[in-house]
Amino acid sequence: MIEIQNLKKSFGGNLVWEGVDLTIHDGTTVAIVGKSGCGKSVLLKHLNALLFPDEGQVLIDGRNIFDLSYVDLRIVRQKFGVLFQGAALFDSISAYENVAFPLRYFTSKNEQEIRDRVMACLELVNLGKIGDKGTSELSGGMRKRVGLARAIVLEPEYLLYDEPTSGLDPETSDEINDLIIHMTKNLSITSVVISHDMHSVLRVAEYVAFLDEQKLSWQGTIDELRVSDHKRLMEFTRASEYQI
Amino acid sequence: MQLFLEIGRYSRLLYEAIRSASEFKTYRKNLFSEMVKTGTDSLGIVSVAGFFTGAVLTIQTSYQFTSALVPKSTIGAITSQSMIIELAAVISGLVLAGRVGARIATELGNMRVSEQIDALESMGFNSVTFLVIPRVIAGILMFPIIYVAAAVSGIVGGVLAGLMTGSVTVHEFMEGARLYFFPWDVAFGVIKSFVFGFVITSISCYQGYFASGGAEGVGYATTRATVLSCIYVLLSSFLLAAILL
Repeated sequence: MIEIQNLKKSFGGNLVWEGVDLTIHDGTTVAIVGKSGCGKSVLLKHLNALLFPDEGQVLIDGRNIFDLSYVDLRIVRQKFGVLFQGAALFDSISAYENVAFPLRYFTSKNEQEIRDRVMACLELVNLGKIGDKGTSELSGGMRKRVGLARAIVLEPEYLLYDEPTSGLDPETSDEINDLIIHMTKNLSITSVVISHDMHSVLRVAEYVAFLDEQKLSWQGTIDELRVSDHKRLMEFTRASEYQI
Repeated sequence: MQLFLEIGRYSRLLYEAIRSASEFKTYRKNLFSEMVKTGTDSLGIVSVAGFFTGAVLTIQTSYQFTSALVPKSTIGAITSQSMIIELAAVISGLVLAGRVGARIATELGNMRVSEQIDALESMGFNSVTFLVIPRVIAGILMFPIIYVAAAVSGIVGGVLAGLMTGSVTVHEFMEGARLYFFPWDVAFGVIKSFVFGFVITSISCYQGYFASGGAEGVGYATTRATVLSCIYVLLSSFLLAAILL
């Protein structure tokens, strides 16, 4: 379980958000939505301590990750898989090697075992025949799927998705949405999705938190979202041109 | 204020690098590839720069020494000693500030702005161990080799220039070079190249590692890495000369 408690972050005197409280239960998918530039990605990077807050704490299974030593923090980070907005693939190595990368350093698997695991992950994201393609040869959707395969290769407990469908066509977005649902349901992974794509959010999430005006101004289940009369949230969903 | 902030961040990066230097397994593979990129791949350009520096030095020295009272072997002594004490290290340092420094800052800067460094950290890697240490160690280990290559090619360039212009024979050149050859001069040059290797790679890693702001930010980091590397190469050359000579 991830518990975000009274989190506050600012950059050089500019407040990003404060008083953020959110609990993410195991096996659920939580979406954090909000306008571009409201600090969604910043919040996501606090969940595995890629960024540190001004105040507050994030408890992972009861332990505040900001109090951990760097060695312990690196162990906790291995519980997370992260799909970055641009996939963040290492461009000096092939797509296959990107997925194999964590296995080579953090496991004692031999080459055959690594190949089996990498191929299993690539097949899970429908890229079983990608071979040794370089990352520059991949389309946006393929990059995201390779990024997702890399994120799950160490069998994480938590998956963090930063704008998983941004820049993708509707059909590819739906494929990514299906994969997110598959990860949560079939692999029992707890997922946190950052998005401003309400179509995607309504498909994949069970719980939604709305980041607005430098705070988490609303949170609730998808059913509660559908009947919410929160003015700013309604404006946001209406602006996304999606009829709830 | 900004200066203190930068010094603080640079010191912290170095501290983190030194602290995690024992994790050899993590950066072993990167270290060898960096040694090739920094050292082997730079030998050509540094040898060319050293060769022409030695050649020009010989021609200019013979042009300035017109008196019949000065033996021709002095040309060889001046060229070889200048190359060994100062020019081989500084010329190769300045060339590599551009070649190696710019490459390191661009690589790390791109990795930073495309979140590849965040991806490394989120997997549980220490990104400093993985990215900074192999580059700095490769610089420290390979720069002395590059220095030797520059010094040798400079002396060869000097000999050939003397032959071509008829200003000094090979025998006279080598006689002067041998007469004024002191092992400490070579040791001094090697010490300088160790320092230059560290200065160039650590500054460039720092600039790239903390790059921000997309393509423009990477360009800015690369420019700063190159300019600051050149300045600190010259500054450290002066300080080492003042302290050790």
